[in-house]
Amino acid sequence: MHIGDESGILTVSKLNQQVKMLLEAKFPFVWVKGEISNFRVPASGHFYFTLKDAKSQINAVFFRAQNRFLRFLPESGMQVICQARLSVYEPRGEYQIIVEVMEPLGVGELQLAFEALKRKLDAEGLFDPARKKILPLCPQNICLITSKSGAAIRDILKVLQRSPYPVTVTLFPVAVQGNEARIEIAQAIESANMLTWRHEWDVVIVGRGGGSLEDLWSFNEEIVARAISGSLIPVISAVGHEIDFTIADMAADLRLPTPTAAAEWVVKRLEQFHRELHGGRDRMVEVMKTRLENLGLRIQYLERRITHPKRRLESMRLTLDDRLERLRLAIERSLEKTRIRHAHLGQRLLYLNPEANILRCRAQLDRLCKEFALHHHRILDGYRLRFEHYSSRLEALSPLSVLLRGYSITYRAVDKKVIRSYTETGPGDRVLVHLANGLLECLVDKAQDVQTEKER
Amino acid sequence: MVKKKSDMFEETLKKLQELVEKLEKGDLPLEEAMECFSEGIRIAQFCHNKLEEAENKVQMLLKDQQGGWASAPFEVVNTNADEQGK
Repeated sequence: MHIGDESGILTVSKLNQQVKMLLEAKFPFVWVKGEISNFRVPASGHFYFTLKDAKSQINAVFFRAQNRFLRFLPESGMQVICQARLSVYEPRGEYQIIVEVMEPLGVGELQLAFEALKRKLDAEGLFDPARKKILPLCPQNICLITSKSGAAIRDILKVLQRSPYPVTVTLFPVAVQGNEARIEIAQAIESANMLTWRHEWDVVIVGRGGGSLEDLWSFNEEIVARAISGSLIPVISAVGHEIDFTIADMAADLRLPTPTAAAEWVVKRLEQFHRELHGGRDRMVEVMKTRLENLGLRIQYLERRITHPKRRLESMRLTLDDRLERLRLAIERSLEKTRIRHAHLGQRLLYLNPEANILRCRAQLDRLCKEFALHHHRILDGYRLRFEHYSSRLEALSPLSVLLRGYSITYRAVDKKVIRSYTETGPGDRVLVHLANGLLECLVDKAQDVQTEKER
Repeated sequence: MVKKKSDMFEETLKKLQELVEKLEKGDLPLEEAMECFSEGIRIAQFCHNKLEEAENKVQMLLKDQQGGWASAPFEVVNTNADEQGK
């Protein structure tokens, strides 16, 4: 394996992978024509077949997601032209084409022309969204470019006549199929632009009812696309077909799938315009009404607050009177109160007069003075009597009076102590004998008690 | 260049919307608000009149012998032949 890698030998997977990358890069997109053979449709709904010519063949797949738009059922033996991608199915090492678009041969050439024109005009910027004209808000005046006997005009008029909005429709009758159709359609668009100064068309609707690819072919013509793109009036294309866009659709300012849809667009647009116009007006009226009502209310309120000066004077006069009256009443009440208080105090004063009291006190004082004097003498006399009594009694008790009656008092000379018993002295002691009228100094000779003496 | 009618409608509707928004802000002095209002009513009326003027008419323009264009009334041709062109 290492040798293989180094010497440039590939594995099968690697080879298939590189082939796949190479093929897919080289043929991202091809147109191929041939005869269908071995056509089969398994349950998946994908188409499997072989595309061949006299000399060669190739496997082909047409997946369900794409083949459901086909307008014919392919079968073996049918000559077709396919737009396809090239791809390799690696597990089996087979390569095949994956078909995106298929047309029966013949129509397929138209398709090629279509794609070529589409690319050319696209490159010129004819389909640039920036080039699209603004569609009218109020499409009232409509220029219609279609067949005068086709389904388109009938469908459009049916819708418009049912709507409540008046619309003027001007028809440029043209052929919408056949060799002359493309020229008639283009000229009608140019004529409409020339005549619009008089007719004031808001929008051009160009279209026709549904048909086969060939029937619709005029709408894939360059001259029509250029006329549409060159129109100063906005152009709506309304070609009845369901799958692909026509070149006219791409050049138009608005593409609608059918003439009926174009008419409905007009009605819807008018409806919206009416709604916006009336809505705007109603809102404005509402706002103004509210504002004026508010102002009215304010004026009323202010008016009510304004009063005539005379009425104010009256009111002031009344107020003044009222105040004066209240003042008078207040003063009177206050005076009355003071008067009552004064009388009350006078009485209390009278009641509290001290004169009587003074008189009474004085009388009592006098009486007390007299009583006092009386008592004073009596007490003095009493004291005097008691004094005399006591002094006479005192006199009677005086030792002097006892001495007078012959008694004497003996003292020890040493210590002047009264001698009450013979034991308190002895012979040889000096004693003092106090008499009533003099003093004797004596010497004790003998000291003995009285009983002893008697016994002797 | 004469102003196209469709442009006129466009401008008118825009103007009306501006006036409504101005009024709704409510900070305009009354005089100005009244002016705004009458202007708004005027253009709304104008648009309305224009709309009323429109008529329900279907006509066909055909080229005559001299190469001029002549209008002709159009009646729906009741044909079963779908898309037969002229």
